[in-house]
Amino acid sequence: MLSEALFFSAVLFTIGVIGVLTRRNALIVFMSVELMMNAVNLSLVALSMLHGLGGQVFVVLVMTVAAAEAVVGLAIIIAVFRHFRSVDVQNINLLRG
Amino acid sequence: MTLFYQFHFYVFGLFAVASALLFVTRRSPIAAALWLVNVMISLAALYVMMGAHFVGAVQVIIYAGAIMVVFLFVVMLLNLGHADAIADVRGKGWRLGAGAVGLALLALLLVAVRQRMPAVTVDARPVNAVAPLAESLYRDYVLAFEAASLVLLAAIVAAVVLAKRSART
Repeated sequence: MLSEALFFSAVLFTIGVIGVLTRRNALIVFMSVELMMNAVNLSLVALSMLHGLGGQVFVVLVMTVAAAEAVVGLAIIIAVFRHFRSVDVQNINLLRG
Repeated sequence: MTLFYQFHFYVFGLFAVASALLFVTRRSPIAAALWLVNVMISLAALYVMMGAHFVGAVQVIIYAGAIMVVFLFVVMLLNLGHADAIADVRGKGWRLGAGAVGLALLALLLVAVRQRMPAVTVDARPVNAVAPLAESLYRDYVLAFEAASLVLLAAIVAAVVLAKRSART
């Protein structure tokens, strides 16, 4: 059960990375980041079967931070949309050297 | 671990992976968000099967319920138009690079998790799974718990400041 959970976690994390790299819609990039966070949560819960409850406490804290991150990130996306009238991440290159 | 339990663990795990694949390949943000909800609910089932009942419930309520609803709300608020009209996927070079990076990362992670894991047993009967977690959270990790409340407060303030339409424009 533990190694299967870690396997699924690795696959889900990889899918999230591919989503971040291939999509241009900022909302979907952001959802891919959420998917990666979920994959990490899965491995934390799986390893908490072995090493005690600290992993589950950490998952609860990760969910808190994910909620905060989602709120701030979506506010930034709304601000970007007001500026560019699109959420294409290729528009966001103001800091490029 | 009974065979029944093992079988359903595989079913929900494969369901999560399949939903994730559908999630990254959908063009419409709404469809992608709904498939992501599917992933999260499957993961909640995995959590419950691994004995983390509270985390499974929180996963459904917070992630699949609250966070994804906020995502859907923003998707509908922005009203991006028809999905096919937007060139959403990056070019061929990006896709090949992403595939290479994904394969390399998957190989790395699978090598890392391939080592023999000790067999763990989870009590399939309903147990009081919340009390030990609460004890750990409010005793050993109480500082992190309070810090999380500060993070939430800062996020609320930041969201209001960022999303507020400024008076000048």
